[in-house]
Amino acid sequence: MEIVYVYTKKRAEFGRQCNFTDRSAELHVDIVPDPTLAENFIERNPVDSGIQCVQEMSEHEINTERFETGSRGINHTEGGWPKDVNPQEVEQVSRYRKKVEKDEIYVNTIQQLGSIMEHTIKQNNAIDIYEEYFENLQLDEVEDTPSAKTINVFRDPNEIKRTSTHISWFPDGPRKLAVAYCNLEFQGSSPDTSMDSYIWDVENPNKPEMTLKPVSPLVCLEYNPKDSHVLLGGCYNGQIAYWDVRKGSQPVEMSPIEHSHRDPAYKAIWITSKTGTECFSASSDGQVLWWDIRKMGEPTEKLILDPTKKQDPTKALGAMSLEYESTMPTKFMVGSEQGSVIACNRKAKTPAEKIVAIYPGHLGPVYSLQRNSFFPKNFLSVGDWKARIWSEDIRESSIMWTKQYQSYLTDGCWSPVRPSVFFITKMDGTLDVWDIIFKQNDPTLSLQVCDEPLHSLRVQDQGRLVACGSHTGTTTLLELSDSLYTLQRNEKNLVTAMFERETRREKILDTRHREMKIKERAKSSADGGKEKEEEGGEAALDEEDLYAKAENEFWSIINQEKKNIEKKKEADMDKADPGKQSPIPEDGDQDQGGEN
Amino acid sequence: MSEVEETIKRIQSHKGVSGIIIVNADGIPIRTTLDNSTTVQYSGLIHQLAAKAKSTVRDLDPQNDLTFLRIRSKKHEIMVAPDKEYLLIVIQSPNEV
Repeated sequence: MEIVYVYTKKRAEFGRQCNFTDRSAELHVDIVPDPTLAENFIERNPVDSGIQCVQEMSEHEINTERFETGSRGINHTEGGWPKDVNPQEVEQVSRYRKKVEKDEIYVNTIQQLGSIMEHTIKQNNAIDIYEEYFENLQLDEVEDTPSAKTINVFRDPNEIKRTSTHISWFPDGPRKLAVAYCNLEFQGSSPDTSMDSYIWDVENPNKPEMTLKPVSPLVCLEYNPKDSHVLLGGCYNGQIAYWDVRKGSQPVEMSPIEHSHRDPAYKAIWITSKTGTECFSASSDGQVLWWDIRKMGEPTEKLILDPTKKQDPTKALGAMSLEYESTMPTKFMVGSEQGSVIACNRKAKTPAEKIVAIYPGHLGPVYSLQRNSFFPKNFLSVGDWKARIWSEDIRESSIMWTKQYQSYLTDGCWSPVRPSVFFITKMDGTLDVWDIIFKQNDPTLSLQVCDEPLHSLRVQDQGRLVACGSHTGTTTLLELSDSLYTLQRNEKNLVTAMFERETRREKILDTRHREMKIKERAKSSADGGKEKEEEGGEAALDEEDLYAKAENEFWSIINQEKKNIEKKKEADMDKADPGKQSPIPEDGDQDQGGEN
Repeated sequence: MSEVEETIKRIQSHKGVSGIIIVNADGIPIRTTLDNSTTVQYSGLIHQLAAKAKSTVRDLDPQNDLTFLRIRSKKHEIMVAPDKEYLLIVIQSPNEV
């Protein structure tokens, strides 16, 4: 029922100022109660209703705006001296002091205080109340759910945000973090985009501790594990540069453009060497170059990632990630853009032998490769929608893999303290922590770090802190719960057993697969021989030929059967005509016919 | 005055004591066994801290008063004995058993 009230106004009066007047009340609508509607309701008696005699309160949340803090120190200088005494004048000062010391009150006070003080000193000397009472107490392992909490967030201070593409922890403890920033979209960066990368102090997220100013934005950045003042960076234009933080923001030296990479140098790693100055870098132009930072004029060695082993640059696979373990200095691995993982040996005699093995890898670029620090024969590779764990010996496929995710995986790494834990970052902004002895189908912990895609990830050497960088340059620092970085009982044995079991499974599957292939090949070569006699054609490995063959066989069998049945019928009729013949049972006849 | 000297000597002879400072009500160091810059820092900072501690105790209970203040840190313990006019500060390093 709609209640409508209509009022009219002359068009000429539109827009005129409103003049208000009083008038008496008018009744427009009178809605009479309709008792028939009461049929729709049932009276409820008694009715329970709760009452609370309490103040009504509401909850509000407020988040304060970010404010920048800076630390300042205060230097105390002398003060408090009375006006007539100049603290710089030794004579005046000593005179004042002597005056005070002659005071009676002074002497008594000091004696009193002295005795109280002595009592306390003797107390301290008697028992050390702050000693460690239970030093060797093993805390019971509380099985708390694994969690991680965000400690700090470092945002890109520039207006135009760039992706934090690479993170490197300070080698001497979790105090500093070097983050490389670069806009990875092809020609996506505007000319105003800053090219700087920053070193952050973990305690101060407001302002980076140091800025590194390269000639072209850095795609990767690594601290030298031997010398914490030196950093190595790979640039977007393919050059390699190194910095010494004591010498300022500009790179100490850069590799010349002619001898550098032709594509962004996606990964650069320091090599353990006697001098501590050697490093190598890889890029999607298919080259792996070795450098000595003392002489950046040209690379000391070059390798082209050509799977055909001919060092042909046109067939080279672009490299996206590098793997190097300092305990195995001559071996390294490269993850390519095409998805394969190439294991190489630096000390091989010929370039062809440098490429030792190629693993099939992923369906897309391999973004991260890392050996397990406890089990160097097993390595983790991250690419497309899965993370895979491989065993060096099994070249056909990975021994373990995660479930198929909905979003792309961008980076991954093992935990340096627990052999069964690894971390992955994804394009939907989540960080997944996998613990393979706890659960193999799902990640142990999945955290939504931010809403933008996460691009880089690095776990600090002590295993407790994880830094992940996002698409807009926000680097989040997370602290893991105890269970994720303390070695569990029996963990190493369990992981060893698991890897061995999976490796064995793959081997068995592999050998079976090979056997089946060999059988098929043998079969097809045998079939191919027969057909040559019949048709003089090639080996019948084509599907169509197989179909045709199968059809022919089928029809020939059917026709044969038909003929046999007809023959039998004739034989029966013959038998029936001349009368009784040898009482061979019909079944026997039929059988014999069937056998024909 | 010799009693004062005696007291100071006695306190210093205890194990672990590294320094003694006597400060007056204005925060001026009267007597010290440490060097000047350290003395100035200690006297300025601790004088303010002792005043704050005293006012805290008095605020919580007006009939109460601060008798002693101990600041235990990683490296040593600073003990402060306050009085109406003067302040006795002793720095002691803990005994490593």
